[in-house]
Amino acid sequence: MLVYILRRLLNVVIMLVVVSMVTFGIFFMVPKITGSDPALLYAGRTTDKVAIEGIRKKMGLDKPITTQYGLFLKGVVAGRDYDAGPDTTHCPAPCFGYSFKNEQPVWQDLKDKVPVTLSLASGASILWLLGGVATGVISALRRRTLLDRATMITALAGVSLPIYFTGLVSSAIFVYSLGWLDTINYPDGGLASDPGGWLNAMILPWITLAFLFAATYARLTRATMLEILGEDYIRTARAKGLTESVVIRKHALRSTLTPIITVFGLDLGALLGGAVLTETTFSLPGLGKAAVDAISTGDLPVIMGVTMIAAFFVVMANLVVDLLYAVVDPRVRLT
Amino acid sequence: MNSSRKAVALAAVVAALSLTATACGGGGSDNKTSTKGAGYDAATTGKVLNASTKKGGTLKLMSPQDVDFLDPARSYYGFVWNIQRLYVRQLLTYDSKPGEAGTKLVPDLAETLPVLSNGGKTYTFKIKKGVKFEDGTAITSKDIKYGIERVFAQDVLSGGPTYLINVLDQGQKYPGPYKDKDPNKLGLKSVLTPDDQTIVFNLKQPNSDFSYLMAISDSSPVPMAKDDGAKYTNHPVATGPYKVASFKPGKETVFERNPNWDPKTDKVHTGLPDKVTFTVTSNPDDMDQRLLSGDVDYAVDGTGVQQAAKIKILQDPKYKANADDPFTGYIRYFAFPQTVAPFDNIECRKAVIYAADPKSLQTARGGPSSGDLGANMLPPGVPGSDKSYDPWGLTAGKPQLDKARAALKACGKPNGFKTTIAVRSNKKPEVATAESLQASLKAINVDVQIAQYDGKNSSSEIGSPTNVKKKGYGIIVMGWGADYNSGAGFLQPLVDGSFILPNGNNNYTMLNDKTVNGLFAQAAAAKTPEEAAPIYGQVNKAIMEKALYLPINFDKALVYRNPRLTNVFYNESMGRLDLAVLGVAK
Repeated sequence: MLVYILRRLLNVVIMLVVVSMVTFGIFFMVPKITGSDPALLYAGRTTDKVAIEGIRKKMGLDKPITTQYGLFLKGVVAGRDYDAGPDTTHCPAPCFGYSFKNEQPVWQDLKDKVPVTLSLASGASILWLLGGVATGVISALRRRTLLDRATMITALAGVSLPIYFTGLVSSAIFVYSLGWLDTINYPDGGLASDPGGWLNAMILPWITLAFLFAATYARLTRATMLEILGEDYIRTARAKGLTESVVIRKHALRSTLTPIITVFGLDLGALLGGAVLTETTFSLPGLGKAAVDAISTGDLPVIMGVTMIAAFFVVMANLVVDLLYAVVDPRVRLT
Repeated sequence: MNSSRKAVALAAVVAALSLTATACGGGGSDNKTSTKGAGYDAATTGKVLNASTKKGGTLKLMSPQDVDFLDPARSYYGFVWNIQRLYVRQLLTYDSKPGEAGTKLVPDLAETLPVLSNGGKTYTFKIKKGVKFEDGTAITSKDIKYGIERVFAQDVLSGGPTYLINVLDQGQKYPGPYKDKDPNKLGLKSVLTPDDQTIVFNLKQPNSDFSYLMAISDSSPVPMAKDDGAKYTNHPVATGPYKVASFKPGKETVFERNPNWDPKTDKVHTGLPDKVTFTVTSNPDDMDQRLLSGDVDYAVDGTGVQQAAKIKILQDPKYKANADDPFTGYIRYFAFPQTVAPFDNIECRKAVIYAADPKSLQTARGGPSSGDLGANMLPPGVPGSDKSYDPWGLTAGKPQLDKARAALKACGKPNGFKTTIAVRSNKKPEVATAESLQASLKAINVDVQIAQYDGKNSSSEIGSPTNVKKKGYGIIVMGWGADYNSGAGFLQPLVDGSFILPNGNNNYTMLNDKTVNGLFAQAAAAKTPEEAAPIYGQVNKAIMEKALYLPINFDKALVYRNPRLTNVFYNESMGRLDLAVLGVAK
């Protein structure tokens, strides 16, 4: 088991290096090939030659692309320094680069945003997992009843309605019309500094995001459950005289969870890298909103940083999913 | 309808539904006040609405766009210059008064307007006694000189305007204070500080616009001891009524009272609210909801509400009474690069101008509330402007196809021609105007392709004359506002041949005309801005007669103001509510 985990962790590192090479190439090598100059993006309305040269030097854009990538990797592992005029700005490890727009190291900017995205993804994922699996199971057990059809129609609506629809409408109703919630302002310091404000800011994003995902999980659970309920070993279990609840909980549901966990791991990992639409709709200052802001201003180092963090969460989520297989399904052995 | 249009349409419906819901109910804000307003457009009439000297409360500002920089040497967004009226002062500033008075410069850190000598080449300012930085140290002439010297350090502090370098360098090639070999880091020779209260600017030639440069944020004083270069933008030192209490990029900036600001030294800023918050949102429709519910006081970016809120406001008298449709000082226009055939021929340019449908172009930008029909290239409010000057009959609002066909014949292209319009893909009204022009030009067999590009790349896409020629951009859609309120501040980057740049060029038509360039020189040599104003009127006429531009709109924006705001009026120098005096009723 330990050897397996170590081997997978090594794979994680290799995967992240590959992702960093690809994204670095896209952001810094492609513009060079196409003849566009990232320094012009940062120079604003003025295109003073001295300013553009200064930006190139500060961001390392005047160096060969391989040297730039080497400096990037060095920064991630050991940190690096950037010229600030009268002195330098130290960018401590993990230094994903320096945001010229914000005049601060990328990680310093993003580390405050990780808890926001974490709050959103964790809360929403609990809701959609519980809600989605429960409704899927009930729907499977009450197949072709009114309850089954109503649940699946709701699920279809959940999958079909985009976040910017449900988000805006839910805000309009619960915040501005009914006044049940205050306007959404994510508090500085998050849960620790203002639990009430944090809950107020998170509850609608959780529900709207969970509504979208729960629908998928309900449909997936229902379909898998129905398939498993038709398996021979379920018939055997019933023939042995086990109660229906034991058959469902110990045999059918356990097998149903394997594909659910696979999808859940991927979804959660992707969300931890930034729930772009939800964060943008509710103005939550998380990684997704940071990515959108950075794209709109052309802040390449921040885009690179968010990409790396998102990749980290995705590969780690995959690792955790693989480990969970062994827990959920006794037939799986990790070697 | 393509998928992106469907998405936009769906979003508009959602926003409209949301705003309808907003209108139906209450809200959780303690700021809610009566929606009884002063009347539609009341804040643009030259009066002060809700005049008050009452202090206290929190002024809540919001914007879908964050500040570019808080460092006064690096900021260039118009709305950020308005925000900077909260925390930085300059020798001169625009008066905080409604109407034309708001376009006049008044002394701020200076005791009086400058004393001119040496044939208009020397400007001498005396600094007020008792003016201090937020840490309590007195502001001296050396701090002002140092602040101006920072603008020269473009290698470290890029982003802001560079007019001061053009005027004050005078061949010295001053590298800025960080590479200055002067032991006091005050080596810029054209600026002298004979004592702590006096600062002298020696220009190479008279410049009637120089006083305007002293009112731009990059002329603000900076204490050398607190300057940490590029990082200064995260904690600028205040000289105004407020100081920066916290700055979180992309999220929020909070301003609190500056205890060392003495109102006795200040006739422009009033510093009424106890606190000012500036919040960045990623959802403009949600911002509109907050405005209408009273949770936010003012969308400080000044670009106006979104389409859904616009409909709501214009249809509901109680919201309309709290809204204005001021001129923003911007013009929206098409430019015809003379380097791209057949636009080297004035008759071909005239054909396009005559064939355009001005009313359709206005509709594409959002209808009459988005601006008055453009007639020429100097918008109202800029000295020398004349809104009634309409050489091509654009304000009639209809295409003039007979004239267009005659011009086409005179151009030698009676059967039409092909060309390309370059437009920023992230500016939907600009794309819509390009589509409108494309449709209108079909009537004279001019076949137009629309080339959309990412607006971030403007300086290398349409700002590169080489690229414009290579890609055959015969028509460019753009918008423009003045950096400072003079004809030169508005027109010179657009039409003076000496402003043509290899990148970041704004003289898209590539005009390098001796007469026009000479008029700018003549205006600069005028003794006062008032004397220079008619000369800019001549520049405007000269460029319009050359048919280099098709003006679309004198830009307006539908703006909602929270009825609890006090001292409400649009400062005509920037087309925005003046943050120097804005207050809130508790």
